[in-house]
Parts: sequence; C-alpha cells; structure tokens
Amino acid sequence: MTPVLEAKNLKRDYHIPGSLLKPAKTVHAVKGVSFKVEQGKTLAIVGESGCGKSTVARMVTMIDPITSGEMLIDGRKVDIASEPLTSEMRSKVQIVFQNPYGSLNPRKKIGDILTEPLVINTKVPADERRDRAMAMLKKVGLEEKHYGRYPHMFSGGQRQRVAIARALMLNPRLLVLDEPVSALDLSVQAQVLNLLADLQDEFQLTYVFISHDLSVVRHIANDVMVMYFGEAVEYGSRDQVFEDPQHSYTKTLFAATPRVDVDAIRARVERRKRVA
Amino acid sequence: MSLLEIKNLTVEFQTASGPFRAVDGVSLKVDEGEVLAIVGESGSGKSVSMLAAMGLLPWTAKVTADVLTFNGRDMQAMSDSDRRKIIGKDIAMIFQEPIASLNPCFTVGFQIEEVLRIHTDLGRKARRDRAIELFQSVGIPNPEERLGHFPHQMSGGQCQRVMIATALACNPKLLIADEPTTALDVTIQKQILDLLMKLQDEHGMGLIIITHDMGVVAETADRVIVQYKGRQIEQADVLSLFSEPKSVYTKALLAALPENATGGRLPTITEKLTDAEIFAGAVR
Repeated sequence: MTPVLEAKNLKRDYHIPGSLLKPAKTVHAVKGVSFKVEQGKTLAIVGESGCGKSTVARMVTMIDPITSGEMLIDGRKVDIASEPLTSEMRSKVQIVFQNPYGSLNPRKKIGDILTEPLVINTKVPADERRDRAMAMLKKVGLEEKHYGRYPHMFSGGQRQRVAIARALMLNPRLLVLDEPVSALDLSVQAQVLNLLADLQDEFQLTYVFISHDLSVVRHIANDVMVMYFGEAVEYGSRDQVFEDPQHSYTKTLFAATPRVDVDAIRARVERRKRVA
Repeated sequence: MSLLEIKNLTVEFQTASGPFRAVDGVSLKVDEGEVLAIVGESGSGKSVSMLAAMGLLPWTAKVTADVLTFNGRDMQAMSDSDRRKIIGKDIAMIFQEPIASLNPCFTVGFQIEEVLRIHTDLGRKARRDRAIELFQSVGIPNPEERLGHFPHQMSGGQCQRVMIATALACNPKLLIADEPTTALDVTIQKQILDLLMKLQDEHGMGLIIITHDMGVVAETADRVIVQYKGRQIEQADVLSLFSEPKSVYTKALLAALPENATGGRLPTITEKLTDAEIFAGAVR
C-alpha cells in the first residue's frame, strides 16, 4: 500500500534580504528530513521552538514550497513551486492550528466558517453545503443550534472542535495538527484527544501531530520524529523512541519532562527533607 | 507565624449582568521556606486571588477577606503607599509572559536597577554591581554586556531569567510565580524550575507557584491547593495529593493526564461532573 505521505530529504531555506548595513542571509529551517505515514496512522513531530517542526507542517500542507527534496501525497509528487496547486490536491491535506482563538474569523458565523472550504474548492450547492456542515457539527460533538453563532460565544475546547470540523469538511486524507491541544486545559485536552482518536477510527484518517508535550505524544502517536535545529535526530516507532532513545538531545528532552508518578514525587520530597 | 495568611478571601467584579464572583472563600497559609502550588484550570481564580492579596487588582474589583496578613501586618488596613513599600521588596511576583512583562523601551539593566533605586538606598555604582551579581546568580552569561540589552534582543528563557533576577533584587521573603514556565520549551522549563528551586532553597523564602500543569506541581511543590471556578476544592501535601486524591475533581483531573491513560481513550470525567457535584466533593 502506498503511504499517504512520503517525504524524502525534504529541505526548506528562507532567504532574508540584506540591507545597506546587513548582508543577505539564508536560514536553513529544515535540513533534509525523510519520513512516511501510512493510512490511519499518526506521526508525531517533537522538538523545541525554532527546530523547524512548523516549517515541515507548512510544507506538508502545501503552504510553503519545498526548496529541495521530494514529497509524495498519495503516491503523487507535489511541488507547488513548479506547478499550480489544484483544488483536488488542496482538499487532500488540511491543517488545525494551535490557537483556536486566532484561527477562527471573529466576524464569521460558525456555519460560514465550516462551509467556506466547500465554496472555494468544490461546486457543491448551498443547501448541501449546509447539510454537510450540520452533519459535521454533530460529528465533532457540537449541536445544530451552534451553526448560526459566532466564535466568541464558544469556549476554547469548543472552538478547537470547530477548527477540526472545518479541516474535515473536504474529507481530507491527511490532517496536520499543529499543537492542537497545547492551548487547552487538561480536562478539555483529554476530550479533544479522544475526539481525534474517534475521528481517526471512523474515517481512517492519517495524522501528522506536532507537539512539544511528550506525554500527549506518547498517548497518541504510532511513530515519533524528534527534530533539533532543522534535522531529524531520531525517528522510529513510539516504543522504540520512548524505550530506547539514541540521540543525546532526545535523552535531554525526556529528562526535562516533568514526571507525575508517585514514586518520583516521593523521591523528590525525601531528597528535600534530607537537605533541610 | 505564617509569612502570608489569607482567610476567606472573596473577589467580585461588577459586570453588566450583575456581580461576578471570581474568587469565593479562599484560605491559605505560606510559611518561610515553603513551596505552595496553586493549581487549577483557566477561570479557577488562581491568579486573581494572588493579585488580590498583593492589591494589584483594578478598582472595579471588590476584595474582602477575614484575614489578610503578610508577616503579621494587616494588608487590608495598610495605606497604598505603605503597601507599595512592601510590594516589589518583600513580596515579588513573576508573570507568565516574560517578554510582555518587561518594558520594551528600556534596557533590562535599567529595569532591574529601577527596583533597587526605589526600594534601597544603594548608589549608582552599587546598584550596577548588584545587578551584575543578580544576573550571575540566575545564570545569564556576560552580565555586564547583557545589562545594556533590550528585551527584544533576548530569548524567552533569558527574559524570564531577567524577570526572576528583578524579583529577587531586594531579597524578597515571598515570591509569587504566576505560570512562570508556561510560555517556555520543556528543556528551558526544566532550567527555570531548577533555578527557582535552588534560589528558594538558598534564600529560604516562601514560594507560591501558580500553574495549570500537574507536571510542574509534581516537580516543585511541598503543598498543593486545587481550585475550581474560584473555590478551593482540595488542600494537601504533594505526595498525598498524587497518591490518594480525596475530592472527585482532583481524581478526575489526574485521570485525564495522558501519562496515566491505560486504554486508547482518556477518561473525561470532568465533562460529566456538574459544578454542584464538584463543589460538594470539595475537601477543605
């Protein structure tokens, strides 16, 4: 079976133009990463800010062109720099952003937000657009009465559900989730993660899940890629990476993640008592 | 005697649809050398209760408390100018957004020396030496050079270190850290938390950490207060909170942690709990 997404030696440079006093500069944001994701699976990309994980997301969603390398979506080569993007390709990959307060237009009703992808990319008539949006609202755990409301009337978790619903309106094959739960409270985070898992089962969706929270990654991912300064320093199945990290950065990352198990807390409390 | 003692603190805001109670009957005590974590989701009143204790809320807020004392002195009866002598000197606060809480128009050196100019009678040279010493203690490399930098020239982690250095400038007895690491990467978070704990230990000050992150609580606190919608749900030492949580809400919160998940789905008990059930299950 052809993987839904395959990237070979993907690179992305950003050129910063120079000025009178500053010479021009090239930033190598992504320095050649390769990965592939099978249908119905989740690849998690982990790393700290500035490591290039969001740049990978922009390339996969065909927002940014790739500088060099090869990217195949559903076995088809994609390069938006050399050929214009068709609406068919556009509807294959959709994205959910980190902050649902910023990613929904405050002047548009939820119904308009949900039907907009259909207006732009398809010739679906208005009444069917409406029906599909209604059905999608129910799928993500909202209600039909929410169709005519504005984003400010919703909580953060509900807004993230709207953002997920919008991304699913075109029946994409691949969903890129750029830190989808890091702006949410713990209990809401659990609800959204469950929703994502349910949707994945129902539609056989493929996820590229970008996060810095290792406990979330461990819960949701099949494969994990750790990025550091634009390079993939570790790539393997979840159990491989978590049980036996190879690269020193991955080890640092694991060591820095706070542990909430009772034994770790007991050890810390006792260490503190001894010092005191 | 406790360093900070609060009994039955209530904060109300007047809104168009009547008064809104952001904090409802919160009581707490912090001793010297103790680390207290206040944990809760957004809207639980954890920041507002601490801002109220410091008197930093706008006049639209109505603050009442049975007892509100710092170091034995009544903060409510105190005049504004007396309170300003304590705040920034004996009680210091670190805010969530390090880059937003520094003034972009002034160098970080000016901002840290400003605190010293207001609260101490050190001379210009002595202030500068103290600033360099503070920068060294929070682990900023090349402090002499860094003093002349503006906030935008530094990274988020470095700015948070500047904030900590500024807060520690007058050796406070109590440090309140409001989500000190939320905006930072995990590796930087670890460094900042380690630094806070080290400084807390050296100076023997009281430390209140406000957070929504159970991981931060597990790594730092001696004692924990769980808040929900302005009310206290549970108060316990850190070990018993994590090993045997008593209230339904705390149990539900801990169950929702991805690392505690056993199956493919996370238990979302808080979704089914009503506010009344959560408040009824509160353990004081």
